Amino acid sequence: MIPRVPFRPAPGHRTLMGRGLLMFLIMTLILGTILPLGASSSPDVSSRNGQDNHNHSHRSQDHEGKHHDNKSRKAFPVLEFDYQHVRIPFEIALWVLLASLMKLGFHLIPRLSSIVPESCLLIVVGLLVGGLIKLVGESPPVLDSKVFFLYLLPPIILDAGYFLPIRPFSENLGTILMFAVVGTLWNSFFIGGLLYAVCQIEGANLLRVDLLSCLLFGAIISAVDPVAVLAVFEEIHINELLHILVFGESLLNDAVTVVLYHLFEEFAGVGTVSVVDVFLGILSFLVVSMGGVLVGAIYGFLSALTSRFTSHQRVIEPLFVFMYSYMAYLSAEIFHLSGIMALIACGAVMRPYVEANISHKSHTTIKYFLKMWSSVSETLIFIFLGVSTVAGPHQWNWTFVVMTVILCLVARVLGVVGLTYVINKFRIVKLTTKDQFIIAYGGLRGAIAFSLVFLLDKDHFPDKHMFLTAIITIIFFTVFVQGMTIRPLVDLLAVKKKQETKRSINEEIHTQFLDHLLTGIEDICGHYGHHHWKDKLNRFNKKYIKKCLIAGERSKEPQLIAFYHKMEMKQAIELVESGSGAKLPSAMPSTISLQNIQPKKPADRALPQLSKGREEEIRKILRNNLQRTRQRLQSYNRHTLVADPYEDGWKEILLKKKKIELEKKISQMNNYLTVPAPPSDSPTMARARLASDPQAWRVKPDTDNVPTIKVDLASPQSPESVNVVDEFGKRGGQPQREPEGEDGGLTMKVPSSSGKAPTKADSDDPREQQRLMRCLSDPGPAPDEEEDDDEPFLP
Amino acid sequence: MGSRASSLLREEDIEEIKKETGFSHSQITRLYSRFHSLDKGENGALSREDFQRIPELAINPLGDRIINAFFPEGEDQVNFRGFMRTLAHFRPVEDNEKNKDPNAGEPLNSRTNKLLFAFRLYDLDRDDKISRDELLQVLRMMVGVNISDEQLGSIADRTIQEADTNGDMCISFSEFIKVLEKVDVEQKMSIRFLH
Repeated sequence: MIPRVPFRPAPGHRTLMGRGLLMFLIMTLILGTILPLGASSSPDVSSRNGQDNHNHSHRSQDHEGKHHDNKSRKAFPVLEFDYQHVRIPFEIALWVLLASLMKLGFHLIPRLSSIVPESCLLIVVGLLVGGLIKLVGESPPVLDSKVFFLYLLPPIILDAGYFLPIRPFSENLGTILMFAVVGTLWNSFFIGGLLYAVCQIEGANLLRVDLLSCLLFGAIISAVDPVAVLAVFEEIHINELLHILVFGESLLNDAVTVVLYHLFEEFAGVGTVSVVDVFLGILSFLVVSMGGVLVGAIYGFLSALTSRFTSHQRVIEPLFVFMYSYMAYLSAEIFHLSGIMALIACGAVMRPYVEANISHKSHTTIKYFLKMWSSVSETLIFIFLGVSTVAGPHQWNWTFVVMTVILCLVARVLGVVGLTYVINKFRIVKLTTKDQFIIAYGGLRGAIAFSLVFLLDKDHFPDKHMFLTAIITIIFFTVFVQGMTIRPLVDLLAVKKKQETKRSINEEIHTQFLDHLLTGIEDICGHYGHHHWKDKLNRFNKKYIKKCLIAGERSKEPQLIAFYHKMEMKQAIELVESGSGAKLPSAMPSTISLQNIQPKKPADRALPQLSKGREEEIRKILRNNLQRTRQRLQSYNRHTLVADPYEDGWKEILLKKKKIELEKKISQMNNYLTVPAPPSDSPTMARARLASDPQAWRVKPDTDNVPTIKVDLASPQSPESVNVVDEFGKRGGQPQREPEGEDGGLTMKVPSSSGKAPTKADSDDPREQQRLMRCLSDPGPAPDEEEDDDEPFLP
Repeated sequence: MGSRASSLLREEDIEEIKKETGFSHSQITRLYSRFHSLDKGENGALSREDFQRIPELAINPLGDRIINAFFPEGEDQVNFRGFMRTLAHFRPVEDNEKNKDPNAGEPLNSRTNKLLFAFRLYDLDRDDKISRDELLQVLRMMVGVNISDEQLGSIADRTIQEADTNGDMCISFSEFIKVLEKVDVEQKMSIRFLH
């Protein structure tokens, strides 16, 4: 039975008030839902809830009665209330919804989100919700460790691992490992040992805490938490090096934490640790970390292999990625190996191959699903941290908690400074003091520590509650104090920020060039350094692995070409987005041209102006044909995706372009009205483009009789395309204006348009000719590859 | 090997090289033994064939160009001094170097000089410009034989277009520097010569 909530529909969902109202309503709803749940599961059932159960049992009895008597005395219930039936999924969905609404709500308050990091706000919300629940008299739900480790943590780690920037990670691997392994060991022993010393002090009332418990506590609390680091560092946009150092450390210290945790937990019961155990611990560390990575790599390999064969079943491609990764995590957890490292290894290993194999849409799907899941997980984790704080049994001990906080800070600073001193002897680019400060300051603790403490056995560790309190205090301290102050500090210290600009083709070429150069120099010196091994790995990769993991032609594609294609595509998409919406003749959306349209010189182009009359004609034809298109949509089948011709490779696009040019020259049609694409943001157009399944259309090789609206996405500044596009300039389809001098960039297609009729053109089938014709009115070509560019910015 | 090698290298030579290139004593000695091991003809100088005998260099796409970079204009032999002078470009940049001697001019391993070295590898005809053809040659070497000329041409054009600020369809040295300003050249173009 839900306490009646006056449901006033919010006046305007877009206004701040409306949003706020909505949120509060939802929260009340949650409260109302949780109350009866909590009550009904607890042994002492209050009267009004008892009635609820009573009704339920009554009804079931009645049903039984019905069966026996074969006639019902009670009226058939038109409206029933059966909450237990859907209880668990309902709760989960409600929590997720709450988390998401919170995320939305924060950004409505502009000042707040720039001062306070999101994680803090979420914890506060958790505290509020927990407090509300407690106020009503129920026990708030606690962050179940199993739920945390099995469901909430993997998405975040997978997201991090899949998108891990491999180059900076591998370049700084030595440093990262030093921080992760040696740093964490130092932290745990320092904190554990000194805490034990503190506990020995008389008067602190802590004598019962033995050494192993302290060491265990130290091990748990010393690990930098990836979730917290991600949450905070994401918002401050710090430079890549520092980001990867702190983040990499937080990922790789999982192995150390796992080993130490199990080690101390095992022996806490026994009470002593012998030398053999220490040795076994070291061995265990190697096994845990290497094993985790191996498991992850195996699954990554399998996933890459699977993706090779998915070219006909594009719909389930993302699923393979997710499932294999999750299996990697779970498999590692079976053997108590480091699940986090397995996940990272899996994601990092499979990514280059999977991305070469899967369709563009699947790539987008994977990206957005991962981001979505990790975002929701993170939000839930922080909210639950807040709720658990209110819930969990606490045992506050001033000495212990304060000493913990102080020792954590001191240990971190000492550790970082000491390690940097050693590391800098081996680094080419040394870590400055500023860097060290940020690294030390960025050592945030989070929910992993909390969950680990939660898993402790109360019998072996009678001080579990005290530990819990201390850990929560630390987490709050690091997240709130350090999280909030790190941004102004970064600005104050003028730490280098992340560069927002994307990599240019120049950088890519020159970087590769330098790689080769350095490898050569290293070989001359006889010095087997970083470049040498990287080069060997690349060569091995190219020769054997790529051949077996990447489908078809892509396996031979050099990295440079792949990069170039990706970049061109992105540019094309951007041009479409920005170029559309302007007036018809002059601003033309992009083309999948394989050159850069130099944005600096638009004024130099002499664009032909369409007369008013012509414009009207064009518009009329467009309107008519758009309508026709809508009527000819294929029936929707949820199992088929529109074929993705983009996969077939850029070579064909090249050829198609040439065909188009050739065709222009060949076609003598008067009514061959070619018009640039209308503003692509008109939803009609978008839907038409999306929905028109090219596969439904048979290709019409001849376009003589049909007023084809050929929407050739030409570049805004390309005179040659304009020329091509304008149909009344009967210049015999000779887009001969020497583009070289003017735009200097359209030399790719020029081979065909400068009169060099490509000889290959004749041999291709007529189907190719149609490919780039975005014929809205007409049965368009088969796989309309331009379609894919629109996908990203269409909802 | 060690004793024989170092006996051929005199102390004053080591001092001169140290001053010119900034390498430490032990680094110079070690590189000298490497030089010596490459020098099959034992005439105190390396020829192109000596370099080409290094197996990994043969499969390096830029192998020939790198070898050429060691030899000064028109010569066929490079002695140890020249060898070290070229390698000095790849020494890591040290912060305390800046304070040492402001009158000595820029050390060989400064960022500008590193970039100049790389630039000269592109610019074979030494006209201080990377033309489209030169760029195409390098691209062709790096990319292999499977890519068509037109595709490569479009990449080259795009590259030049991005970098070119004065519209001469070539990349000059200043444009080259500008393009690479975001790349951490000090780290990328340095080898950690062990002490």
